Amino acid sequence: MNLTNLQLFLSAAVIAGTPLLFATLGEIITEKAGNLNLGIEGMMLMGAVVGFITAYNQGNPILALIAAFLAGAFGSLIYAFLTVSLRVNHEVSGLALTTFGTGFAGFLGQAYVGKVVPGNVRQAFGNIKIPLLGDIPFIGEILFNKDPMVYLSYIVVIIIGIYLYRTRKGLNLKAIGENPAAADAAGINISLYKYVNILIGGALCGLGGAYLSLIYVPAWQESVVAGRGWIAVALVIFVTWNPYKAIAGAYLFGGLDILGFRLQKFQLNIPQYFLDMLPYAATIIILVIASVKRSKKNLPPQSMGIPYFRENR
Amino acid sequence: MNDQAYVRFHNIVKKFGTVVANDSIDLDVQRGEILAILGENGSGKSTLMNMLSGIYMPDSGSITIDGKPAVIRSPKDSIKLGIGMIHQHFKLIDRFTGYQNIMTGITSNTLGYKKSVKKITELMDKYELHIDLDKYVYDMSVGEKQTLEIIKVMFRGAEVLILDEPTAVLTPEEITKLFVILRNMRKAGHAIIIITHKLNEVMEISDRVTVLRKGKNVGTLNTNQTNILELTELMVGRPMEPIIRRVECEPGDVYLSVEDVTAYNHEGIKVLDNISFELSSHEIVGVAGVAGSGQRELCEVIAGLYPVKKGSVSCMNQEIVGKTPGEIIKMGVSMSFIPEDRLGMGLVSSMDITDNMLLKTYRDGKGLFINRNPAREMARNIVKKMDIVTPGISTPVSKLSGGNIQKVLLGREIESNPKVLVTAYAVRGLDIGASYTIYDMLNKQKEKGVAVLYIGEDLDTLIQLCDRIIVMFSGKIAGIVDARNATKEQLGLMMTGKVMMYV
Ligand SMILES: Nc1ncnc2c1ncn2[C@@H]1O[C@H](COP(=O)(O)OP(=O)(O)OP(=O)(O)O)[C@@H](O)[C@H]1O
Ligand SMILES: [Mg+2]
Repeated sequence: MNLTNLQLFLSAAVIAGTPLLFATLGEIITEKAGNLNLGIEGMMLMGAVVGFITAYNQGNPILALIAAFLAGAFGSLIYAFLTVSLRVNHEVSGLALTTFGTGFAGFLGQAYVGKVVPGNVRQAFGNIKIPLLGDIPFIGEILFNKDPMVYLSYIVVIIIGIYLYRTRKGLNLKAIGENPAAADAAGINISLYKYVNILIGGALCGLGGAYLSLIYVPAWQESVVAGRGWIAVALVIFVTWNPYKAIAGAYLFGGLDILGFRLQKFQLNIPQYFLDMLPYAATIIILVIASVKRSKKNLPPQSMGIPYFRENR
Repeated sequence: MNDQAYVRFHNIVKKFGTVVANDSIDLDVQRGEILAILGENGSGKSTLMNMLSGIYMPDSGSITIDGKPAVIRSPKDSIKLGIGMIHQHFKLIDRFTGYQNIMTGITSNTLGYKKSVKKITELMDKYELHIDLDKYVYDMSVGEKQTLEIIKVMFRGAEVLILDEPTAVLTPEEITKLFVILRNMRKAGHAIIIITHKLNEVMEISDRVTVLRKGKNVGTLNTNQTNILELTELMVGRPMEPIIRRVECEPGDVYLSVEDVTAYNHEGIKVLDNISFELSSHEIVGVAGVAGSGQRELCEVIAGLYPVKKGSVSCMNQEIVGKTPGEIIKMGVSMSFIPEDRLGMGLVSSMDITDNMLLKTYRDGKGLFINRNPAREMARNIVKKMDIVTPGISTPVSKLSGGNIQKVLLGREIESNPKVLVTAYAVRGLDIGASYTIYDMLNKQKEKGVAVLYIGEDLDTLIQLCDRIIVMFSGKIAGIVDARNATKEQLGLMMTGKVMMYV
């Protein structure tokens, strides 16, 4: 099969967007619970390093993913304890988590810098073509001839979509993010919901990080996450807390991320630095647009970032 | 004590820091009964009820339900025990529909959308409560929100219904409807507790009434064996005559003149239609009207917060239209509007009383640094003058009881020594004592020569307090009458647009 340039580009954009997608989904449910977690970058790094070390030493892809999942959840557990149980300021806790995660990854990863993911693990994460869907002209190749983690991300999108829009639990979750006092009065266990969702959110960020160190790169380097955690923070706003829109948003940013690299071969007269800046510049533009154009339906969860304490008023 | 008591409080104590909100309170309510709770602002009514609904835990004392000890650690426990509370400040999620609000927190996962809607509809029919389930809360009127709260609580199978000042923000028609619903529920065997500051409502709806003063239960009476005077005395702790005094003054110069003002809202609907009137020094002019007849817009036009399409407003012969709110305040116009939710307008609730004073008067300060002393002085003054129940002037406003928050706001407006004082719904949610304090303050302002525009709800008050009354009807002035010869019936007819009249 002969792939066109565009098809190749889009296919690469999906891959570059997948770690962003995991992180964005994680942050969506965290924020729906009313918690702004700025520690995504840190949790992604924790997932990346733990996933890599497990893969390197155990040679087991499943185990590596589970380890990354747990590492992300562990990072967010620290955050949840600070913000939910101790009611510390959300921003400060999140920034602390990013710092912690960076140090954690640097320390654990020291001995592995430059090491490569073992062959059998790389093989396990090779592309698998899905029958029928993979044969759809043009998009089949882009979306359905991919590695298993990409498929896992589709499943996560659907599960979170159903969770948020179709279930009672999702309704309760959104109620907490909107108005915790009202949710509390309705008999919802606020702390439990917050903990569970923050932990799952962190675990998804961990998976996003592992995607980078196990599949995208696939080797260990300290700068593997490279600010993608911050892009995810902005993406959540861009996709208006909607998991389905998160797919498109993540791939768009994935595309921007690789655009510079792809354009190199056309010998364009644009400085490389400018192209590298694209995703970050776009992030800023998005935040500006989002703050100007606000409709009632696209607002952030109303109580996001405010610690809740029942007896306070 | 009552042997058939369904819910009973024994010796309940609740403190917040040094504030004793509830001091060994005993109280009971039985099925098929409406119990009214009466008490001044900050006497601990909401706190007491919040212990039944699981928001607060008592420091000591116990609660029994149907004779069995009840441990209520969270709202969830409370719901399980069949208790439903409609809070003073609604607990609804703005960006949810009515249906979603009802279903939030419901644990039984067995009902699908259709079945749930059917069950809710049956409930609505049974108690004659009706709202559009698909409407978003942000689009609902206060009356609809309240109905939604009641449905929400009933859907959870509440046996005990607590309503914390449900009527403070309702129109008279909505109140009548609410009372019909409450009577239906009483007949169905529910135990109902209602908190209100309006004594005529206590007399009309309740079977028994419990009076709290400074955190203590000072007496429970059968409603048909008591009267308004006795209840007032019990509540305030001293005899008090519920008559509003009108200070007779010679009207002075015209301070505020509104001419042909027309304004449209953002949807292009005319909200003010050719409004003209004059307001003089030494005068209190009332504004009456059904809620939403343009009162809010009128206030905002005067304060420079609402765009005017046509017409002019002048204060002491200086045009106001086109000036910024800051400039208008400097001209001596002060406006205070108590919104329906009673929070969020004019005060920053996380700041203390002193800093809230600074918000309005910081312009007077010179130099780089804030000098808090004058503001502190002012805060102390207001706390004393208005009997504000607070541990001190550095307590965040949000910690005060609903009524006390309002006194802070009004006190600040009055202390700023305005020429023209516009006040809307000043006594919303205030107890009688506080209401009278405010009427007195307004009268004092009038004597000092201030021109007062008083937007009110209660017609009796308007008639007794004001010199003239402007009646508004759907953005127009339906008439201006002399309060000395006005009757409630006449005002009522004008408010509904049936009669126009000018004096
Ligand atoms: N969460 C809290 N933190 C600190 N103080 C509080 C809290 N809740 C209530 N208080 C204080 O307890 C006292 C009783 O307040 P409460 O709200 O029960 O009064 P209330 O009788 O309902 O008054 P109102 O008629 O104004 O609503 C007040 O002095 C109030 O400031
Ligand atoms: Mg109260």
